[in-house]
Amino acid sequence: MSSPRASSAARVVLVTGVSRFLGARVANTLQADPGIDRVIGVDTVPPAHPLGRTEFVRVDIRTSGIAKVIEAAEVDTVVHLNLVTSPSGQRSAMKEINVIGAMQLLAACQRSPHTRKLVVRSSAAVYGSSPRDPAVFTEDTEPVEPPASGYAKDAAEVEGYVRGLQRRRSDLVVSVLRFVNFLGAGVDSPLTRVFRMPAVPTVLGFDPRLQFLHEDDGVEVLRRMTVEDHPGVFNVAGDGVLLLSQCLRRAGRVSVPLPAPAYALVGDTGRRIGTLPGFSAELQRWLTYGRVVDTARLASALSWRPKYDTAAAFAEFAQAHGLGNEIPLALFDTLTAGLPVDGSGTR
Amino acid sequence: MNAQEGRDGDDAAEPVARVIPLYDYGSPEPERNPVEHALASGLAFLRRRVAGEYEVDEFGYDPDFTESVLIPLARLLYRHWFRVELHGLDNVPASGSALLAANHSGVLPLDAIMLQVGLHDALDRDIRLLGADLVYQVPFLGHLSRKSGHTLATPPDAARLLEKGELVGVFPEGFKGVGKPFSERYRLARFGRGGFVATALRARVPIVPTAIVGAEEIYPKIGEIRLLARLFGLPYFPVTPTFPWLGPLGVVPLPSKWMIQVGEPIPVDDYDPEQADDPMAVYELTDRVRETVQQMVYDLLLRRGPAF
Repeated sequence: MSSPRASSAARVVLVTGVSRFLGARVANTLQADPGIDRVIGVDTVPPAHPLGRTEFVRVDIRTSGIAKVIEAAEVDTVVHLNLVTSPSGQRSAMKEINVIGAMQLLAACQRSPHTRKLVVRSSAAVYGSSPRDPAVFTEDTEPVEPPASGYAKDAAEVEGYVRGLQRRRSDLVVSVLRFVNFLGAGVDSPLTRVFRMPAVPTVLGFDPRLQFLHEDDGVEVLRRMTVEDHPGVFNVAGDGVLLLSQCLRRAGRVSVPLPAPAYALVGDTGRRIGTLPGFSAELQRWLTYGRVVDTARLASALSWRPKYDTAAAFAEFAQAHGLGNEIPLALFDTLTAGLPVDGSGTR
Repeated sequence: MNAQEGRDGDDAAEPVARVIPLYDYGSPEPERNPVEHALASGLAFLRRRVAGEYEVDEFGYDPDFTESVLIPLARLLYRHWFRVELHGLDNVPASGSALLAANHSGVLPLDAIMLQVGLHDALDRDIRLLGADLVYQVPFLGHLSRKSGHTLATPPDAARLLEKGELVGVFPEGFKGVGKPFSERYRLARFGRGGFVATALRARVPIVPTAIVGAEEIYPKIGEIRLLARLFGLPYFPVTPTFPWLGPLGVVPLPSKWMIQVGEPIPVDDYDPEQADDPMAVYELTDRVRETVQQMVYDLLLRRGPAF
């Protein structure tokens, strides 16, 4: 392979958030790499599935215990995936994990003489969503309205701390990855729960542009960022764009258009009662105005494009959950059975 | 036809003219009549919509929807209501990017839609128009605008479209132009801050001045109600001889006669791309474009004669 392979001989990788879906998959992929001596996974809860060669250490990254792990194991590469994006419990607890956890972890990285690389999972949500934004965000676009709440704000703050660390430790190779929403057979997120509702509330008069990333592509990007050196900030998304209306039609969901204030009310009430999944403020804004990111920088740095485009990632997710538009299409065909058919219309 | 000219003698024996098909079906279905064909393609369109099987680009442009629904509707206005005449088509490059700069008027931006229909039908080119941010805050308007290929008037979007070789259309007067009172008709407002010129200089694409005559008369704005404008968050709330007095009837545009003239492209080769950051150069070129469009508007007015 022509891609730059990291130089240091002893390779010890620390993966945070290893008990969660993405962390477990990344750890599994990294441990298969013979060039990596040790993979250490940390989290506050034990992993649900066996991690194989990965050594699990139960430590809370919000405490200084993480510094001891990094110091003792002589960790040279830290892959920080512990960004909580689903508002399952208290907002304050989520912020604590996202922001305070990252601060402790970054402080430990700064202190340890062994660290030489940091890969941080961030989110395209740091761009916010507003009607006054350009249609496509590049990594250098300044958001018109920076996110004011939720994990999007946390991610923006974490990126700020990472920049601070880079100023103080200019020898570190730091990659910040702004992922769009993950989709695929194994992903469970506020978004996937929205798509799985039989009737999906939408904002009347708005049809946001959405982008998805297949989980396999996300893992592959993280693997490459870990074993190769690609410093910088990168948008990560599947190619192409789907409108929310397209997603709902392809998944055979019924959309319930609500005026924006009613939509916010339904979302807030639903979230409070806990029966409607994950209608956080930033998800509501995203499902109103949408967001598209430019991935040219990633493609040229890795000389690689995601295997699944946005539509394919969505199709796999829909298939895995038995969502499809066969019934509405069959209904349509029955209703129009006696009418003339255009050659290009039928499949 | 040409091939047959040499065989005149043979043809003379057969007095019946050769049948020339009116529609190219593209598939062997010669027995279809036009109504049946229209119905079939309409159903095929609806089926694609039900299935969600259509493509949109990163700006949200939905060519399937635009060509099947929006353009046919706007074409009715274009042909039968405003009877638009389109001149100077040679000045639009057949391929590759260019920045069309046109005057803007008419209270509602129908001139933008007519320009889009005209270029689509005459040249088969989709002009990508740049709209004000207000458009994208209003329910329905924002997503219809994106579906028809427009995007926000902001330098990154314009540059991105030009880089892809698209034909981009801009109305540098913005709301100042659309919301002009009737008494100021055909006098161009200030051309913004020249952002479009800077974008053209950076992208090294020609600026094509374009004049639209006729839109000024569709809703003669004789006054405005500021209180209502503020209440609805609009840049203006117009009063015309028919609106709001006649209610929904007042929204019907007056059937003025329209003319659109595409002018000779103004090349930017004489400028350096760095001059995009030189305000004097940008203002000079902006003024030149504005004066060209203004002169074209006066010429067109003379050619058109009476408004109705």
